[in-house]
Amino acid sequence: MKFVDEYRDASAAHRYAEAIARIATRPWVIMEICGGQTHSILRHGIDRMLPTGVSLLHGPGCPVCVTPAEIIDAAIGIAGEPGVIFCSFGDMLRVPGEGGSLLAAKARGADVRIVYSPLDAVTIARANPRRQVVFFAIGFETTAPTTAMAVAQAAREDLGNFSLLVSHVLVPPAIEALLAAPDNTVQGFLAAGHVCTVMGVEAYAPLARRFGVPIVVTGFEPVDLLQGLHLCIRQLEEGRAEVENQYSRSVRAEGNQVARQLIRKVFEIRTQRWRGIGEIAASGLGLAPAYARYDALARFGRVIRPSAAEGECISGVILRGLKKPGDCPAFGTRCTPEHPLGATMVSSEGACAAYYRYRRLGTSPVAAALAEEIRR
Amino acid sequence: MCLAVPGRIESVDSGDELTRQGRVAFGGIVKQINLACVPEAGVGDYVLVHAGVALAVIDEAEASRTFAYLREIEAVDEEGP
Repeated sequence: MKFVDEYRDASAAHRYAEAIARIATRPWVIMEICGGQTHSILRHGIDRMLPTGVSLLHGPGCPVCVTPAEIIDAAIGIAGEPGVIFCSFGDMLRVPGEGGSLLAAKARGADVRIVYSPLDAVTIARANPRRQVVFFAIGFETTAPTTAMAVAQAAREDLGNFSLLVSHVLVPPAIEALLAAPDNTVQGFLAAGHVCTVMGVEAYAPLARRFGVPIVVTGFEPVDLLQGLHLCIRQLEEGRAEVENQYSRSVRAEGNQVARQLIRKVFEIRTQRWRGIGEIAASGLGLAPAYARYDALARFGRVIRPSAAEGECISGVILRGLKKPGDCPAFGTRCTPEHPLGATMVSSEGACAAYYRYRRLGTSPVAAALAEEIRR
Repeated sequence: MCLAVPGRIESVDSGDELTRQGRVAFGGIVKQINLACVPEAGVGDYVLVHAGVALAVIDEAEASRTFAYLREIEAVDEEGP
């Protein structure tokens, strides 16, 4: 496929890895914040192509993973209401809340349907005027315009039987929270190419300046990721902390103005809880007052109360890059993709699920040294 | 979750600022895709599609820069410092 195959070329990937080895003179810790990138790094073995000192940490880049358990419980509750058709992206179905998963609710008889697009949920609402159709709207800035488009279409048609359970999250506030933490170890970031395709790059320059970290907007294929790492390591070696754009075939500096306009129209920024991390100010999107009548929580009279801590799951420290999945005593034993204990194992894009699938079982020396340093 | 796939626009149907759509080919698979966020895109353009909505027109000239940069750094590294 054009614009995919050439970026999976093994020779170009190896040449980039060799170029990285030539410029890296010191250990560096770099984080990506996109589950798609995490998955690609492990699937293609990019972590194993890097010089020993260069360590990749995997940030909270999986919207499925960071959706709070109490929202999933609300989803299960709404899906169980009589007459409801509950539509969701497929990867949310297996994620456990406190009271089971949507898949279990479906097995009990709830009408839970997997959709490819929020627009498909609007189509279902048009076709079923006597049923209430609810869409589970999760995702980063990449997905927000598709949700906004669905709401705008429903509003224009005055579709009274359509509503949304919204748990959209935003990337830059999460990066800021990670960098501002006193125990932060991340020295450079790969920013998520598809988030920036929508939003542009302007949010990142103040972060790069304030915290002195290079931020490289990067794509998802192996050659993209290796070029992004080369650009990032080159900045670190040269003592620069700038925003660079590796993914310029898709990312314009200003993003997609039509998509951003839609997001601004339909949503407003709000404080959001992230599973495994907690509350981050201004890191989520809720429906703007003009579209409040499409809020499923209000329509079904549900109130969200933060759920309790997640037992022995250490996803909080994994999402902040302080530990790797192999450092957790439950990893691969009491906690597996079939029976996840928490955020990072619940979706295939979570760091623990990706480590499990691609057999990265050991503790990394860099992570161990960091953990030791933090303990002291 | 943020997976987006490049595809080639085969046709553009009528529609307005919310409903403009067209047929987009992803390898052998053709799907009806919302094109409202890429009003500049036409038949033959490659677009990046996420959850049924095209989010960007892929820039062919920029796409080749990944390989130009690789040749550039290799040339510099060969010359030495």
